[in-house]
Amino acid sequence: MALSVREYRARIRSTESMKKITRAMELIAASRIIKAQQRAQSAAPYARELTRAVSAVATYSNVDHPLTREPEDPKRAAVLIVTSDRGLAGAYSSSVLKEAERLAEKLRSEGKEIDTYICGRKGEAYYKFRGRPVVQTWTGFSDQPSYDAAHEIGKALIEAFLAEDGEHAVDEVHVVFTRFRSMLVQEPTDVRLLPLEVVEGEERPDSAEVLPLYEFEPSPEAVLDGLLPQYVQSRIFFALLQAAASELAARQKAMKSATDNADELIKKYTRIANQARQAGITQEISEIVGGVNALADANAGNE
Amino acid sequence: MADNDQLQVELVAADRTVWSGQATMVVAKTADGDIGVLRNHMPVLSLLVDGVVEITPVDGDKLFAAVDGGFLSVAHNRVSVLSQHAVLSAEIDVDAARSELESAGSDSDDEDAAVRARRADARIRAVERAS
Repeated sequence: MALSVREYRARIRSTESMKKITRAMELIAASRIIKAQQRAQSAAPYARELTRAVSAVATYSNVDHPLTREPEDPKRAAVLIVTSDRGLAGAYSSSVLKEAERLAEKLRSEGKEIDTYICGRKGEAYYKFRGRPVVQTWTGFSDQPSYDAAHEIGKALIEAFLAEDGEHAVDEVHVVFTRFRSMLVQEPTDVRLLPLEVVEGEERPDSAEVLPLYEFEPSPEAVLDGLLPQYVQSRIFFALLQAAASELAARQKAMKSATDNADELIKKYTRIANQARQAGITQEISEIVGGVNALADANAGNE
Repeated sequence: MADNDQLQVELVAADRTVWSGQATMVVAKTADGDIGVLRNHMPVLSLLVDGVVEITPVDGDKLFAAVDGGFLSVAHNRVSVLSQHAVLSAEIDVDAARSELESAGSDSDDEDAAVRARRADARIRAVERAS
């Protein structure tokens, strides 16, 4: 009770304005999350058709493609970490980074060296602060990724994977991102992107649906050559979209609890301020009463 | 749709479905040349080049769309055209495409510029054929 009533009032006011900000951020995140989900939905047909086409080629022609070939003795692995550009999203970025550390540990124990690729400023800052080497970073689109971004990332990763030797040639590519399960649950996951395992898809084609015997133009190899890079990019795009939705959900949750906490604080400060005010009044009254009594005593003595 | 001459067509870009519906014919430009798809076409999976895709819907006027490469897959009277970017002629800004073509055409050595020029050209052609 060391502070005066006025100071408590100032604290209440500043907490109130903080609450307004966090509340606004919560609402913005909530409205953006719907958009992010819509984007993820509208990207689904492309991914579905692409998966179907890839499995068609893979089933009906036993072509060997560099992107699906398992290296005999993997020495280096690239890890793409998808983080956010902005903070204030609770543990979102740190849990992805933790998952990435775990994966890196696992890969190192298998005797692989690691090349790190990063999406998002938070991850970039994390690695820069610790002085760890990063091959390439992409920033500025974490909450609404475009396909062009995925295209660019995919190109860089495929190049690194296909390079025979060189500084950044790798034998495996992994992606760490946050999967959007629901508004309440988002879990960091890691997926091995390259070499491709075509059978494993986001949505398996219905087993009852038999794939037709396609004619490939100009040739199965050429079709696969064109399809697989796009498949990889579409997988990356999927990861980015999931990460964006997760980021917004995490932000909404974090801002909701910040708003709730601000409410609590305001309540607490109001109580303390009222107590301080009451204490002040009580003191004043007792001073007055004391003064009156003293005066009365003095007067009584005179008479 | 079993007993007539219709195809179920989907024109899909990476981030959205551009057009989907019933059509009688689809014409697209593949790496080997133009291909026209009618009902009961054999299953085909083919690479497209930057160019114009023409769709003749069951109702209404012909549709033209510019695609940036991609795929055409035909099976069981379902036609899917997949492309990273696909735009219907109605959505194309011709002036933007023209200036793009000009700026890209000026430095012809660059491979990137050549691709951009080809794509802008496809857009312009889609609009011209639609009108």
